Amino acid sequence: MWSAFANPERFERLAARLVPWFGWGAVILFAIGLPWALIISPPDYQQGDTVRIMYVHVPSAWLSMAAYAGLGAASFVYFVWRHNIADLAAQALAPIGAVFAFLTLATGSLWGRPMWGTWWEWDARLTSMLVLFLLYLGYMALRAAIEDERLAARAGAILAMAGLINLPIIKFSVDWWNTLHQPASVIRLDGPTIHASQLWPLLVMTLAFTALMTALVFMNVRNMSLAKRAEARARRKVEGGEG
Amino acid sequence: MAEFFSMGGYAVFVWGSYGLTAGGVALILWIALRQRAKAKAWQAMAGEDQP
Repeated sequence: MWSAFANPERFERLAARLVPWFGWGAVILFAIGLPWALIISPPDYQQGDTVRIMYVHVPSAWLSMAAYAGLGAASFVYFVWRHNIADLAAQALAPIGAVFAFLTLATGSLWGRPMWGTWWEWDARLTSMLVLFLLYLGYMALRAAIEDERLAARAGAILAMAGLINLPIIKFSVDWWNTLHQPASVIRLDGPTIHASQLWPLLVMTLAFTALMTALVFMNVRNMSLAKRAEARARRKVEGGEG
Repeated sequence: MAEFFSMGGYAVFVWGSYGLTAGGVALILWIALRQRAKAKAWQAMAGEDQP
């Protein structure tokens, strides 16, 4: 079933249909989630209004990890089956994931300063998230540095797959080591420990960011695929004209 | 209204976070639009209908 989407034209048609749904879905979810996060949800009894940073920090963190999981999976599909759409998906996910990883670090720092008294601490969670950001930068730099497209795709895929080891380290860092960062409070085997008045706006904001990222990834992959095919035809046209 | 913007004395941290996030979202939207413009340019060069 999945190999059907390896056909560029079929994928482009599917993406053209999905992008407006995810794009408008994101707009509607942000229209609900932002007032909920900034006005309706109560301040935390200990953290006061700084808890509102959670509504952008936590979705950014989840999406930076989800985008990397997608990058690793797309790289695996490209590495094994050489599906070009998978390689384009990896290229589309990298800058978006890098932006979310940066936002996780930056908003975490802005949250940490008033709550922990420090902008940065070399603890396991923060350091492994920094490693994730550097992996994204490394992936993009590696691809940009190699001129041969196929070689760049293969080298990038190997780096992306190797970097997957960092995802469980980020997730379980708060359990494996003593860290300044709080343990998980939403995705837990025994259920969320966060109050519903904060959990729901957090879930709506997470869905909004997820819909936005999905729309942009589909849009970018479609446009990269269109550009690639049009570039090949334009070159053939020029070469044909010259011949 | 002033109370809302002061965010309990943490305005710099809260609004700074939302401002940075808005900047990040603007950046990924710009990347998407640039990619779209590139596709259109190649399609124009190939003499095709644009997406």
